Amino acid sequence: MNVNSEIYSLSVNGKMHEVRDSWVGESLLYVLRERFNLPGTKGACEQGECGSCTVIIDGQAVCSCLVMAATAIDSDIRTVESISADGTLTEVQDAFVTEGGVQCGFCTPGLVVAIEHLLSQNSDPSEIEVKEAISGNICRCTGYGRIFEAVDKAVSVRKANKT
Amino acid sequence: MSVLVPRTLKDALQAISANPSAQLIQGGTDLMVEINFNHRKPTDVIALRRVDELKSVYIDAKKSQVTIGAGLPYQQMEHGEIAQYIPALAQAARTVGSPQIRSAGSIGGNLGTCSPAGDALPVLSALDATINLQTADSSRTIAIHDFMVGVKRNARQPGEIIVSTTLPIVSGWQGYAKVGVRNAMVISVASCCLVVDRTNGTIAVALGAVGPTIIRCRETESWLASQIDLKTKATVSPNLLQEFGDRIANESKPIDDHRSTAAYRRHAVSVLARRMLTRANNQ
Repeated sequence: MNVNSEIYSLSVNGKMHEVRDSWVGESLLYVLRERFNLPGTKGACEQGECGSCTVIIDGQAVCSCLVMAATAIDSDIRTVESISADGTLTEVQDAFVTEGGVQCGFCTPGLVVAIEHLLSQNSDPSEIEVKEAISGNICRCTGYGRIFEAVDKAVSVRKANKT
Repeated sequence: MSVLVPRTLKDALQAISANPSAQLIQGGTDLMVEINFNHRKPTDVIALRRVDELKSVYIDAKKSQVTIGAGLPYQQMEHGEIAQYIPALAQAARTVGSPQIRSAGSIGGNLGTCSPAGDALPVLSALDATINLQTADSSRTIAIHDFMVGVKRNARQPGEIIVSTTLPIVSGWQGYAKVGVRNAMVISVASCCLVVDRTNGTIAVALGAVGPTIIRCRETESWLASQIDLKTKATVSPNLLQEFGDRIANESKPIDDHRSTAAYRRHAVSVLARRMLTRANNQ
């Protein structure tokens, strides 16, 4: 339970990653991007406002910029890279492309993580539930309309695929 | 620098006892911002996020009170038992940040940071909550207003951990409302918690972000109780409602800052308090 400045390990996307010779106050966002070479998680505000660094820790969506990486030992960390490990787009990712939910693309990984997390708990969310689920993810390009359309499409495609 | 990640409250208390000035971190939503921006560089950190005992909820039906662990995430207060017994706290919890923040932030963090804009704090104030603190070999309980000392200052002593808060279950309408520049992911410009206690015929109004700490409007509370019978749903005349709002505004002590102006905040708390008193008497 004691992490001193030398070595600790984090479980990211089911794989153990070792952190060496770091300053142990580093945020999980920094460690993911700069030490583990997982640049899918984006950093913008570094104060929990924008949601572009959203990851899943032990089943909860959190801002990785607000997690001190060394305190996430023995936790299951999932990043956007784990969502489509084989390179095939999920329904959510595909709908983002076809519905124009991606413009500059910077917020997209955080939104994809947040929406996949929502749909994993609620396969048919109402409009307000979608709005609340992505209320912590800021997009400055789309005006959100096309993102809501992408969620609607992903939900219907998932339904169709199940039947 | 060192980081300790204890798994039990006992281990956490021993760790803080061995290093009383160590920096405590719960959800990280306040502290990590300061660290990310190089405003603070702690030497030793004790992380409480893995201490499950700090996430407990205990409902004492006999004493009619609820004890909430300091580390329970706000997400867990939005629905279920806490929302049923302390609806104002559930409303306040729902206004905190975003889902990502609510799965990390906690009452212990709001108390530890002690910002006047902390969303849970007006609820704790209006309900006269008590704060339970522990050291490795002692424990104490203090009233919320003795705990909040000033802007980002509290009565926690070195070596102590905030373990929980105890709130009474009150019969009557209660609510929390805040004003900010957008609906989600916003720090309060002004906030208000109003609690009507129908059993005792009293009302409590607490204001956030309009003073160095949370402000309880005790003069207005006793004035209103002398004007109408709070044990029943009395009709509040427009004149009485206006005077109620004016008195609330007079008890606030806002300042101009980067988030808003004193004049706007004074107006906002008056509107919020009047709105909630109206709701209390319509439901």
